[in-house]
Amino acid sequence: MLYRENGQFKTSYAADRQLLPIAQDRWLMIALVASSFVAVPLLAGDYALRALIIPFLILAIAAIGLNILVGYCGQISLGSAGFMGVGAYVAFNLTVRVPQLNFLLVLLLSGTSAALVGMAFGIPSLRIKGLYLAVATLAAQFFLDWAFTRVRWFTADSPSGSVSTNPIDLLGWRIERPIDKYLLVLGIVCLLTLAAKNLTRSHIGRAWMATRDMDVAAEIIGVRPLTAKLSAFAVSSFYAGVAGALWGFVHLGSWEPAAFGVVMSLNVLFMIIIGGLGSMVGSFFGAAFIVVLPLLLNRLPAALGIDLSTTMKSHMESMIFGGLIVLFLAIEPLGLARLWAIGKQKLRVWPFPH
Amino acid sequence: MKATTSYWMGWMAAAVCAAGLAAVGAAEDPGTAKEQFIPLLVYRTGPYAPNGTPWANGKLDYLKLINARDGGVNGVKLTYEECETEYKADRGVECYERLKGKGPTGAALFDPQSTGITFALTERAPVDKIPLITVGYGRSESQDGDVFMWNFPLLGTYWTAADVLMQHIAKKEGGLDKLKGKKIALVFHDSPYGKEPIPMLEEGARARGFELIKIPVTPPGVEQKSVWLQVRQQHPDYVLLWGWGVMNSTALKEAQATAFPRDHLLGVWWSGAEPDVKDVGEGAKGYSALTIQYGAGLSKVHQDIFKYVHDKGQGTGPREEVGTVLYNRGMLIQMLSVEAIRGAQERFGKGKPMTGEQVRWALENLNLDQKRLDALGFGEMLKPVRTSCFDHVGASYARIQTWDGSRWVPGEMYEANQQIITPMARSAAEAYAASKKITPRTPQECRA
Repeated sequence: MLYRENGQFKTSYAADRQLLPIAQDRWLMIALVASSFVAVPLLAGDYALRALIIPFLILAIAAIGLNILVGYCGQISLGSAGFMGVGAYVAFNLTVRVPQLNFLLVLLLSGTSAALVGMAFGIPSLRIKGLYLAVATLAAQFFLDWAFTRVRWFTADSPSGSVSTNPIDLLGWRIERPIDKYLLVLGIVCLLTLAAKNLTRSHIGRAWMATRDMDVAAEIIGVRPLTAKLSAFAVSSFYAGVAGALWGFVHLGSWEPAAFGVVMSLNVLFMIIIGGLGSMVGSFFGAAFIVVLPLLLNRLPAALGIDLSTTMKSHMESMIFGGLIVLFLAIEPLGLARLWAIGKQKLRVWPFPH
Repeated sequence: MKATTSYWMGWMAAAVCAAGLAAVGAAEDPGTAKEQFIPLLVYRTGPYAPNGTPWANGKLDYLKLINARDGGVNGVKLTYEECETEYKADRGVECYERLKGKGPTGAALFDPQSTGITFALTERAPVDKIPLITVGYGRSESQDGDVFMWNFPLLGTYWTAADVLMQHIAKKEGGLDKLKGKKIALVFHDSPYGKEPIPMLEEGARARGFELIKIPVTPPGVEQKSVWLQVRQQHPDYVLLWGWGVMNSTALKEAQATAFPRDHLLGVWWSGAEPDVKDVGEGAKGYSALTIQYGAGLSKVHQDIFKYVHDKGQGTGPREEVGTVLYNRGMLIQMLSVEAIRGAQERFGKGKPMTGEQVRWALENLNLDQKRLDALGFGEMLKPVRTSCFDHVGASYARIQTWDGSRWVPGEMYEANQQIITPMARSAAEAYAASKKITPRTPQECRA
């Protein structure tokens, strides 16, 4: 009743093809973006911004990247954290060695370098599929881990292997407070989400989805596998690189090579699996799930009045986290995005059942 | 409408999200006025838990002792909360952000219990104005207080440890000049913690003429077969072990397996505790490690711990753990923290909770003489400690202890050669200050 598109007639092809054809969707999106830019900085505290919202947004970028590769193109990758690391270290090297560069340009360059590295490690995907590709990308992850630890040039010859960054200065706007960081990351997220959504609706996106569904058939009808797969790796790694640079500069400030290890790769993969493969909103749901849930599980016993030792809390966190992932995959394999879609469908026919 | 599983899942998900956001974002109760909050970053799970747990227990027992025996510091009760970091930098930062504002005046000071987390917090501590107390770990150059105003590597850094180890090897060989031509291998945890001593050891290799072989161990260090194969191939005269957690016990097992003479194996003070050698037992006989002045044993303060904490059933860990190496070190760290709070109260108002800035001043003006240490019950355990604006270490002694198969036997005490270390720390600190655009403090500013 509330969500119907009664009376919404499209009179041009552009109107018919727009991203959000239903007017209620458009209003909702405007409200969401407006509240994100205006209401959240006013209402959210420093801790919520620093520990919840900023990591959620940055990991959402990484999740969108991996979703493009795994969800839209069907190439399983366990190396996303390695590509994030490439972005972070390239950004660090650029700010240290060429300090005059604008930070947005640094982000662009770090994303591009990550894209090139991603394409290089994506070449095996032309020969191998599925589990074997996953192992090849895992090898990429470990290789990049090794490179960042052993090759001293990447850490600017830091004796401890740990690098630290100065606050970002964007044309006079010094990004130090959580609010500044939040607004910068939010702006970048909005831009990149729009770009990703449009990419997936374009001919490149259709080529990806054709490759995912049946790559032999796609090749027969004229989709070039080389272009499709390598472009997926390139775009996905670009997103991972930008996310990694933001993770290192905005969220962590100072990091060691272990920060972009295989655990982070697996976390990003869980995000898109739980959120929903092949769905933009699913990446956001998954990122929120992975970021908020551990903190929630840590605070819940105290909030409920149960007194647990830190050991018990930590163990319970792992157990419940794993249990929920299994539960989700068993009950709704298509992820939270599917639940969201079901919810929207129910709203369209409400108050009728179907 | 058919209530499918997905339908209930959707509502459950929404409810959980709402509850979660409420719980996580909820404001904390600021607490009553006469309380001092001390955050405790711990790791009681994960591969570093065997060493992290007795350390945390020592700290907690001492806090309980001060509350039970003295009623707090001049009537200000010490409150605390533990936060699990699993030895990971990002979780350590999250714990820091969560705990830094608790209590009437915020957190007094942080002991991150990890060099990796210290690196991450060194950026944030000056902004939030909370001192970091990193006894025997952390950044080695942070002993220079002109640049690192908020870092306090009291009682020793990795450079003092490296220097003492080189002195000990020289003593065993019969003089510093006998080091020439020797091979010393460093088996280190491949993280900022393990890499810290390398500049000092490389400087020593250059000055004394020995060859330094660096052999990294991938964390957490459970897999060391290839590492010790390399040791066997290189035939070093001495091996320095710079490990933590399960890496230590694995290293000793592998040393036994490859028949490397254990009396030529020397560990830093984080590689010389009971959890590291208990499993190997007789196989580690002859292995020596450093301690920060005192190793295992019971002293006057332990009697109080038994009387006021363990006998009342308030002990954090098992009774047998009291007096072990890491437990004692935890107690020592907490004693220095409490004395800093006490010193801050002397200057800024007795009986009032202190802010981080005030505690920082006290850490910089710490003066624990033998009389005070005896009164505290630490007389046998610690030499007098005196910090200053420029010197955030306070004392750089270390004692060698040797495992005889069943217990740690204390050996001789060395003092690190600050003539070499202080200039190195100064230049490293200046490089850090230049990259971070910090102006080092002048002596006039210090006296404030």
